[in-house]
Amino acid sequence: MAQVMLRKLVKNYDETPAVRGIDLDIADKEFVVLVGPSGCGKSTTLRMIAGLEDITAGDVLIGGEVVNDMPPKDRDIAMVFQNYALYPHMSVYENMSFGLRLKKVPKDEIARRVENAAQILDISELLQRKPKQLSGGQRQRVAMGRAIVRDPKVFLFDEPLSNLDAKLRVQMRTEIKKVHQKVRTTTVYVTHDQIEAMTLADRVVVMNGGNIEQVGTPNDLYHTPATKFVAGFIGSPAMNFVPCTIEEAAGALRVRLSKDLAFPIPQERTQRYRALVGQPSLLFGLRPEHITEQRPHLESNQHPFEVELEVTEPMGMETMVFFLIEGTELVGRVNPDAGAQAGKRMKLVADLGKMHLIDDASRRVL
Amino acid sequence: MSAAASAIETGALVKRGSLRRSRRWALVWSYVFLIMFAVFFLMPPVYMLIMGLKTSAETAAMTNPWWVYHPTLDNFIALLTSRTYLTFFRNSAVISLAVVVISMLIAVPAAFSLGRMKFWGSTTLAAGVFLTYLVPDSLLFIPLFKIMAWVHEHTGITLLNRWWALIIIYPTLTVPFCTWIMIGYFQSIPKELDEAALIDGAGYIQMLTKIFLPVALPGIIAATIFAFTVSWSEFLYPMAFTVSADQLVLPVGIVTTLINGDVYNWGQIMGACLLGAAPPLIIYAFLMDYYIAGLTAGATKG
Repeated sequence: MAQVMLRKLVKNYDETPAVRGIDLDIADKEFVVLVGPSGCGKSTTLRMIAGLEDITAGDVLIGGEVVNDMPPKDRDIAMVFQNYALYPHMSVYENMSFGLRLKKVPKDEIARRVENAAQILDISELLQRKPKQLSGGQRQRVAMGRAIVRDPKVFLFDEPLSNLDAKLRVQMRTEIKKVHQKVRTTTVYVTHDQIEAMTLADRVVVMNGGNIEQVGTPNDLYHTPATKFVAGFIGSPAMNFVPCTIEEAAGALRVRLSKDLAFPIPQERTQRYRALVGQPSLLFGLRPEHITEQRPHLESNQHPFEVELEVTEPMGMETMVFFLIEGTELVGRVNPDAGAQAGKRMKLVADLGKMHLIDDASRRVL
Repeated sequence: MSAAASAIETGALVKRGSLRRSRRWALVWSYVFLIMFAVFFLMPPVYMLIMGLKTSAETAAMTNPWWVYHPTLDNFIALLTSRTYLTFFRNSAVISLAVVVISMLIAVPAAFSLGRMKFWGSTTLAAGVFLTYLVPDSLLFIPLFKIMAWVHEHTGITLLNRWWALIIIYPTLTVPFCTWIMIGYFQSIPKELDEAALIDGAGYIQMLTKIFLPVALPGIIAATIFAFTVSWSEFLYPMAFTVSADQLVLPVGIVTTLINGDVYNWGQIMGACLLGAAPPLIIYAFLMDYYIAGLTAGATKG
């Protein structure tokens, strides 16, 4: 059990920077997820922690010790790979015990640990099978078992669920969370799937272009994104962004989205946004779940407006409605019984209490 | 084979459907060409057997060359009781086995380092290994001859006309190609496998012996078969480097000792060739199952 620290960590491939000097503290027993689009440097960062990539500059510390030049086997880590990387000629038992056998752990100790891990992962009946006799989900469990058996300081997961089909992915996600609750080992988990990140993590690290955009709990990222990237990346469907201006009228502020559409800004935000009056290149951000159908009783920050729907997508539990404001497409999530129909006009409600203002030049949320 | 046969049967039962019909024709043509191919390649050994079973008198008589009227095992008995033939056989066997061992001992670690451990110049070196294989042995035997003479001159060790010297020479033919095959095999193994092994605490030697050798077994067997076949059937080098009857290997021995001047002992020549062709066949038969079975199945998603 140990904390992991990254200090000004840089990785260049020849001249191409992959990771541009990131700082991150991961507490003991914490489950941290690195998330971002492909090429954002998340896997490279993980591989530097593992010792599979050389570090260009900066430090990686595990348990307070700089491990930059330490080979992977001495770092006391375990890693689960996207494509499982099981040894095909060994049985599940041999796969799981390989690391321990190399370390010359006594036989009965190995048996005890493997059986314990197999029990946690519910693969006790599979111990004598070869990897090719296992399904994708079972292989992934074995790969996790191989990690658990080692009882390492840190677990590293490199997109472990990407190869599984959608249903199994959700199931294994829960499984991983359960395992972490049983075996409280510091975990660094890489994924490009923001839902996986949100559901698993104690803290999520959103990466983009080799930099960390924001670190925070899943709720922090959802409710108070720091940048436009995070605002757009977290949440599905993605947050709506519309160019806007801020107007002042009779001491109150309004956000104007088009000639005909302006919403009053909640009282408690007036102070925060007053300096933005008349400023160009502002973006108004509102999540689809905060654009809903007309309701009989509106809260104080909810404001009705009417639009013509372009497309509707029934999802069963809700219906996505797409409409245009000044040429920008927006999405709302309405009750499936609200009678949304493409081509028809519909009364919607925007929850301004959940709005964000983004400076389009600096890409920061204001 | 049985799958293909049953496919033909179902094709015959179901007359409709152009897809089935075109598949059936494809199978028919496959069999036509495969049979032609088999006949073409089986003709020599069959002819060897026929000739081996004939007496000299029958061979000389102008009877049907594809039929034996008075079969006899005399030729084979003569060969297997002749000290010279057994010496050739022993020489060939010892040389071939030694060459296989030496080749694999060099080729496997070489291929592992060239194929898996990225280091400066590794790709150039790998290409260089293959280039050495492209130089034909008919160009190399003269410089090799010179080298052996030079060694004799400077150390007093005689390499010429010594059958065991071939053990040193054959690897120049087998090692480059075996290395090349093994590089390909090692490179086809997903890189996560060595990363997993690294994290599990394996060093490079353990990675090679515990992970790569078992996983690359089909490749190793392919290389072994190749090395054995090359050393078993090599003709030019032993022809050039060995002279005395007790130093000869099988291919050279047959043509030099069984032909006296212009007297061709056809029955024994053919019988000797047939017996000589047997060991590689037996080895193929034993190793083929391993060779075909892919052992990487299940390692990764694939």
